[in-house]
Amino acid sequence: MKLVRIKAMAVKEALQIWRDPFSLLIALLMPLMQMLLLGYGVSLDIKHLPVCVYDRESSQNSQALLKNFQASAYFEIVQVAKGYGEITTSLDRGTCVLAIVVPPDFTERLADSGVTNVQAIVDATDTNTANIAMGYAQAVVGSYSTAAQIEATDAQGRPLQFIAPLDVESRVWFNEDLSSRNFIIPGIIALIMALVGAQLTSLTISREWERGTMELLVSTPVSPMEVMLGKLAPYFLIGQLDAAFCLVFGVFWFGVPFRGSIATLFLATSLFLVVVLGIGYFISVKIKSQVGAAQIGLLLTLLPTTLLSGYAFPIDQMPPPVQAVTYLVFARYYVTALKALFLKGSGIVELAPQLLAMAVYAAAIAFLAARAFRKNLD
Amino acid sequence: MSPDAAQQDAPITAENLVKRFGEFTAVDHVSFRIARGEIVGFLGPNGAGKSTTIRMLCGLLRPTEGRANVAGFDIIREPEKVREHIGYMSQKFSLYGDLTVSENLRFFGGLYRVARDVLPERMRFAVEMAGLAGREDALVASLAGGWKQRLALGCAILHRPPILFLDEPTSGVDPESRRRFWDLIHTLSDDGVTVLVSTHYMDEAEYCNRIALIDRGKLVALDSPGALKQRSLGGYLLLIECEPIGVAIAALPKAPGVREVAAFGNALHVLVEDADAAIKDLPPLLSGQGVKTTRIERIKPTIEDIFVRLVGGAKPESP
Repeated sequence: MKLVRIKAMAVKEALQIWRDPFSLLIALLMPLMQMLLLGYGVSLDIKHLPVCVYDRESSQNSQALLKNFQASAYFEIVQVAKGYGEITTSLDRGTCVLAIVVPPDFTERLADSGVTNVQAIVDATDTNTANIAMGYAQAVVGSYSTAAQIEATDAQGRPLQFIAPLDVESRVWFNEDLSSRNFIIPGIIALIMALVGAQLTSLTISREWERGTMELLVSTPVSPMEVMLGKLAPYFLIGQLDAAFCLVFGVFWFGVPFRGSIATLFLATSLFLVVVLGIGYFISVKIKSQVGAAQIGLLLTLLPTTLLSGYAFPIDQMPPPVQAVTYLVFARYYVTALKALFLKGSGIVELAPQLLAMAVYAAAIAFLAARAFRKNLD
Repeated sequence: MSPDAAQQDAPITAENLVKRFGEFTAVDHVSFRIARGEIVGFLGPNGAGKSTTIRMLCGLLRPTEGRANVAGFDIIREPEKVREHIGYMSQKFSLYGDLTVSENLRFFGGLYRVARDVLPERMRFAVEMAGLAGREDALVASLAGGWKQRLALGCAILHRPPILFLDEPTSGVDPESRRRFWDLIHTLSDDGVTVLVSTHYMDEAEYCNRIALIDRGKLVALDSPGALKQRSLGGYLLLIECEPIGVAIAALPKAPGVREVAAFGNALHVLVEDADAAIKDLPPLLSGQGVKTTRIERIKPTIEDIFVRLVGGAKPESP
């Protein structure tokens, strides 16, 4: 293996990337677009959920309950309905996601038995949002009922049967303001790495075949290893630059905290890049058409990274068989490491399992990729 | 024989090379030896097996059977060693169109590990040879065919290889550029470079020291153009212009002393045992069939005539 050949190969490849608008677009503009699109566009937070209320009692009590909804940051009362028909229409149109109906005997039943009901109707087309909305609604009603219970007891002058409710003081760690952006931005780095790695490298060998340059390349004394290292070096650099860009942009533009060490991030990113570049290269060697290679490249890297890495869709909410599959998705380890690095500030010791898993993948893929390219035209 | 001696004596030797693609035999037991500084032309129609033979010698394809030695190295066991000692120009233009002239040269200079201190001088030589001085920064895709071809040759000789394989280097290039290209090849050969070049242009065969006629995978003949003409023809060649030509083609083979008849454009090339007798006898014979002879004379055979004589039906292109 000769350094001069690897260098010649790398320079040539870099020049070709530089002169190919499509490659440049993916390498430089795609990270920015993804950052803006996902950073602003994807929010899993529930805030100011539009609520429609239908108060069939209009008493002091019912109004107090609804005020609690209004006061909550999670809900915003956008409509006061005068019948079920209006509620149906609003839910159909999507102008509200949740409807709260207070029954006409709300206060009466509360006074009689201390137990009363409130109806909540939720638009569950988006199950995730529906679940969270129901949870918050129950919490609002729950806190109202606790307060009402205590108040009622006092007013009737009975000995205080004070049922101390379990008071959970929750304190959120790592993502203190529970912002889904903090959760998503680190994961986007994995997405961008997968995109750059798969899309760009999957073309690198097929381009030589399609343009007829492969024949001459094979006739030179360059070894398959030199070809691979030389060709992948510029993409590795692009990947690292993109990762650095994402880090800077995420921290300074979106205000996502970064608490880990840059060196560990670099190590994790390097391992991940070896895996995606290796896969892209392997595909490129095996599939001689550019279009085919690009599509399979996406299928094998971007798709699992998007769906099964836990970058946006939490793995522990997936069905157990799917969860088992995610252990095979190498991006899972990188996403876990990224989130831990950004939010927890985990070090190399805590991240050893993830780094080790990625190292195993990197070694295996590098081995396969290095053996894939054979220097003949048979 | 040591590798060095082998290289001095015959830098390229092939013994019973065979290449099969499935059922199809592209190269069928081809053997030859090429001496140092020789220019050997592979001549044959498209699909005859010229490119396949060259690719095997460059280590790009593995022979199905047989063996070959290039620059003293076995092409099967030491293909990388072979590649270090050869320059190759493929049939299809295969430099990088999105790189400039000097970027292409620097790339191949790197792959062949041309020493840093001689690379600038070699690059300058290649640029001048290609006639591209002043256009070093032009993208190769923007160059016309003749320049591309000469630049490809420039890339192939950057590392001063003792052996050059040129696979139809002049196809699709204008006649003036072709002539310049052959001048370059002769200059290289004078410096001791061994050149194996394939072509389907018959006239280019005359530029070679020896010609290998290849047809349907077989080596039909290998000799100097002059010797080939003398030996292979076995008679004298007449040119006959006559009307209607179709009747003449049917009638002539039956005439006494006529060995072979072939159409060349608007005229006929006729191989006869005795030139003078034929010139006297054939016009009356033809006019008896209603054919009017406008011209009949003895001509020097061309490689094309040899090819038709040896190979028969399948005929390479005329320029």
